[in-house]
Amino acid sequence: MDLTFQIQGGDFTSAGAASSQVRRTLKELGVDASVIKRVVVALYEAEVNIVAHAYKGEIMAQISPERVFLKLTDEGPGIPDIEKAMTPGYSTASQEVREMGFGAGMGLPNISRNADVFNIHSVPDRGTTVEITIQIS
Amino acid sequence: MDQQKKPFHHALRIRKEICIGCSRCMRVCPTEALRVIDGKATLHPEWCIDCGECFKVCPVKAIVVEDDDIAKIFQFKHRILLVPSIFFAQFEEKLTLDAIKGILYDMGFTEVCTVEQGADVLIEEINRYVEEFEGEKPVISSYCPAVVRLIQVRFPSFADQIMRLIPPLEITAQYYRSDYEKNGVPLEDVGIFYVTPCAAKIAAIKAPVGGYVSPINGVINMSELYNKVFLAYKQKGTSENEHCTLIHSSLSSVGIHWPTTGGEAVVVKGRSLAIDSMPNVIDFLERLENEEIKGIDFLELRACDMSCCGGILVQDNRFLIQERIEKMAEELPEKHELDKEFKNVCSAYIPMDPVEPRAMVKYHPDITIALKRMEEARRLCTILPDIDCGACGAPTCEALAEDIVCNRATIEHCIILNAHRADPKMIEKIWGKKRFTE
Repeated sequence: MDLTFQIQGGDFTSAGAASSQVRRTLKELGVDASVIKRVVVALYEAEVNIVAHAYKGEIMAQISPERVFLKLTDEGPGIPDIEKAMTPGYSTASQEVREMGFGAGMGLPNISRNADVFNIHSVPDRGTTVEITIQIS
Repeated sequence: MDQQKKPFHHALRIRKEICIGCSRCMRVCPTEALRVIDGKATLHPEWCIDCGECFKVCPVKAIVVEDDDIAKIFQFKHRILLVPSIFFAQFEEKLTLDAIKGILYDMGFTEVCTVEQGADVLIEEINRYVEEFEGEKPVISSYCPAVVRLIQVRFPSFADQIMRLIPPLEITAQYYRSDYEKNGVPLEDVGIFYVTPCAAKIAAIKAPVGGYVSPINGVINMSELYNKVFLAYKQKGTSENEHCTLIHSSLSSVGIHWPTTGGEAVVVKGRSLAIDSMPNVIDFLERLENEEIKGIDFLELRACDMSCCGGILVQDNRFLIQERIEKMAEELPEKHELDKEFKNVCSAYIPMDPVEPRAMVKYHPDITIALKRMEEARRLCTILPDIDCGACGAPTCEALAEDIVCNRATIEHCIILNAHRADPKMIEKIWGKKRFTE
């Protein structure tokens, strides 16, 4: 099963719509709650990343009996130093974003911690692609 | 596992001979547990949580609450009635507390006690529980049994966050039972009865979660008792029964608020929230499950709007009841007279298993089959008109699609598609062309 979502940069009111839909789908399929939780945490973080940093993006969720594969592609400034971005606590978020409770610098570390396979690829001034795989069985 | 397989005990029943199949109940059910089949509302027993939303909207009273007959009290020598403060708050001021209790005594009860006496024991214990809780927070109150079942069925991932402390009602029941035991009365002579404002509490007493066994012997319908008391008052006036000595109306100003919204959350330190009414509770739990809400320590969740003031068996307007409770609370002390004795004898800490999750199986237990069915259901959803008219006997087009892929219905059930086939122009005039071109 494939689900796709379009994400608009700066639209915090809709942030979480994709993870909410994926969560509902996995729940209806009877996937184990602990697996769903990891998917939701990772996807929500990644989704908010697009909203907070990119101009726009797309989320593709592929659900099979064995695994959940998530691919998030955005058009945005990209991440110049991925290694730095992966450091817990490192953040480039503006004050405005931090005041909304986002941008604590835990995004990428949190995603990678919850993923079984985590890939990130970024081109400065073009955008970022994140791939997350979480095993169901 | 055995517990999971055991069917839910239900306190709501549809009387098929009365049901007119109007589908109103089907539309309000928060777990989509109702369908109309052969002209009658039909319940999915594993999905029903006894919240009573269906009971509220039924225009012909075809949904009944399975309570105990009041005559059952005479099986016991000592007949104790546990009355929630809500019960007293239903009556106008001129029918005083003592008058009501006099009437209850005349009806055959030998002892009448207010339920919320047990609440004060909880104040310290809830705080200790929340503070020492090692699992993921928020701790979710175990007070409202419809919410407990909602979590079991629709939010099973929160099942282990449900507080493993017994509610005030059970504390009060334990207190009086041990009081009789202490005085050498054989327990088979002691009958403890509870007046319930809702169906969920009946189900919870007859089939409690976590392996707990309730000492309550019977549950009396609040609406029925209200009528009996009111009738006695109208016919005979207030009763001055001189034998009516065993009355324990002691309550604290905190305790009396327990059944109202916020009554519990207000005593819990840290970030504690009170949320009432089914749609609000579901919305909040969805956000919580979606990781959008963080940092809450305690959640008081109540299925009814205005909590127990809005219970399905409660008479009079829920706002007026709340007002009367506020008024009654003004006269009450901070600690009630049995406070110390309660704390010496009772505790809400009872060895209990975690609440068992009972997730709804929507498509199939095998995920490979479930996925196939889900994909097919999504395809069907693009064909179905998406107006949730309910004429097919399912609450939404999505629910019909689920029923079709699970072989519980066919696409012919869709009345709109049938009508479109017969007379496309007429249907398109109302619902537009686009809807039927997909």
